[in-house]
Amino acid sequence: MAAFGTGAARPLSGRGGSPGFRFTLYALLSLIMMYLDQRAHYLEQVRYVLQAAAYPLQLALNSPPAAWRWLQESFRSREALQAENARLRSSARDLQLRAMRYEALARENGELRGLREALPPVADRWLAAEIVNIQLSTLRQRLLLNRGAANGVFKGQAVLDDKGLIGQTTHVGPWSAEVILITDPEHAVPVLVERTGLRTIAVGAGDSTSLALPYLPGNADIRSGDLLVSSGLGGVFPEGYPVARVTEVHRDAVQPLAQVRAAPLAHVDSDSEVMLVWFRADHPAAPAPSASLGGELRSGNPAMQPQPAAPKSHAPTQSAPAAPAAPGSAPHSEPAPHGEPAPHGEPAPRSEPAPRSEPAPHEPASPLPAQETASAPSKAPPASARAIETAPNGTAARGQDPQ
Amino acid sequence: MTVDSRTRLLLAALVALILTVLPLPRWLDVFRPAFLVLTVLYWSVNAPRAGGLAIGFFAGLMLDVFQGPVLGEHALALSLITYIAVREHQRIRSKPAIQQALIVFAALILYEVVLFMIDGWTGHPVTSPLRFVHTLSGALIWPPAAAILSYGAGHRL
Repeated sequence: MAAFGTGAARPLSGRGGSPGFRFTLYALLSLIMMYLDQRAHYLEQVRYVLQAAAYPLQLALNSPPAAWRWLQESFRSREALQAENARLRSSARDLQLRAMRYEALARENGELRGLREALPPVADRWLAAEIVNIQLSTLRQRLLLNRGAANGVFKGQAVLDDKGLIGQTTHVGPWSAEVILITDPEHAVPVLVERTGLRTIAVGAGDSTSLALPYLPGNADIRSGDLLVSSGLGGVFPEGYPVARVTEVHRDAVQPLAQVRAAPLAHVDSDSEVMLVWFRADHPAAPAPSASLGGELRSGNPAMQPQPAAPKSHAPTQSAPAAPAAPGSAPHSEPAPHGEPAPHGEPAPRSEPAPRSEPAPHEPASPLPAQETASAPSKAPPASARAIETAPNGTAARGQDPQ
Repeated sequence: MTVDSRTRLLLAALVALILTVLPLPRWLDVFRPAFLVLTVLYWSVNAPRAGGLAIGFFAGLMLDVFQGPVLGEHALALSLITYIAVREHQRIRSKPAIQQALIVFAALILYEVVLFMIDGWTGHPVTSPLRFVHTLSGALIWPPAAAILSYGAGHRL
């Protein structure tokens, strides 16, 4: 802010060519900055410093609500705490049971897929982060988290809560990170319809309660109540995490594309803590590592960009060694450093409808017989979809983009 | 006078920045005036010597850090309207508050149009007409805001 001095020391700026000259100077500077930031990404360091400088202000802004929450928390009655404790204990037990079943299913699935070993979880490490600031306007849907490069957070990292996908980091400062939500109009997440294996892209609708699926043809097999999970393409999110549930399918005879809306499962409005995730790079369900990821959000609509290739097929490399060690190396043998629950607690609903024959709670639209018939053929499409996904790049890219 | 006015200016800019980034409910957020832009406009009209273009540029840069997709976007738009305000400050200053509000309305629309164009060029198009709502509320809030900013500032600097 040394420029204030020069500005004030000048003669009255209303006279002479001085303001015009200075305006040209500042305009040029802005244009150069925009060019460098947009095209060449030279300004990450500058942003890093500026974000560090802005962080105290953002933290101060968050302090009144944080103090209020703390007060509420510390004056809660013993009964309320005991009730919550009991509730948490029962939910932990429930989750443990589900995790056990999930492990068995994962092992079985791994065997069926020819990997002949139980795979470790996709997530390598978890880090809880507090939401410091939240912007939920029509134009921008961002969060500011209180973790940054000092905690190992990197740009383009997946952010989840216990219900589903929240978004990914866009700018990382030393102690803070900005997250773009999946509902931001500039964000697009590659998804898979869990029931049919149909892949498409969910674009933020600029409204914290809905996503749009603009690239589905009019005759696509999708209906209200379908669960959308991440497809693992795109190189940011891993495969199989719940993203949203379809709420509205509108087919119009004159429109070639169906208008589909979905409600995200994550509750950004009510969360105060979210999870940052590091993924195991060699896991088949992990997002494809891509060096080109850095610029993905910056240049153009991500939905319009070529998605990075599908994860490489690990079957030949992984099936040969470590086959006997399979039963011993349960998915939980890798300890999560922060003691967080296994990351696959959530995808359980995916396997829910198959063993139990009662109607699943998330498909209210379909009557019971339809559910029964639908669950049987639904086994086949995901398998073929996975075959496409693990195939070489060309087919994956073609199968992925319906346009 | 300069030190005093400059600290007051910085304080006003800080308060305006806080008001700009303060979390608000969604329906209210659409109507939130661009407080920092209004403050910068007020100071460039009423005290063009105390900062002028430099203030506009750095305030824009702060806005970029907080909410810009590209660094330099708000900086360019804000230095443009600051430049116009500094150039025409004598003419604007002599107008009654209602006419000032109209001029501010025009300046805010110009600001938003520049942002809109840059958004489009850099591939972050936000075509919702809601983005222009704040220009109207900004013009409406101008007379009271100017009164508050001039309160305690004595008179012309």
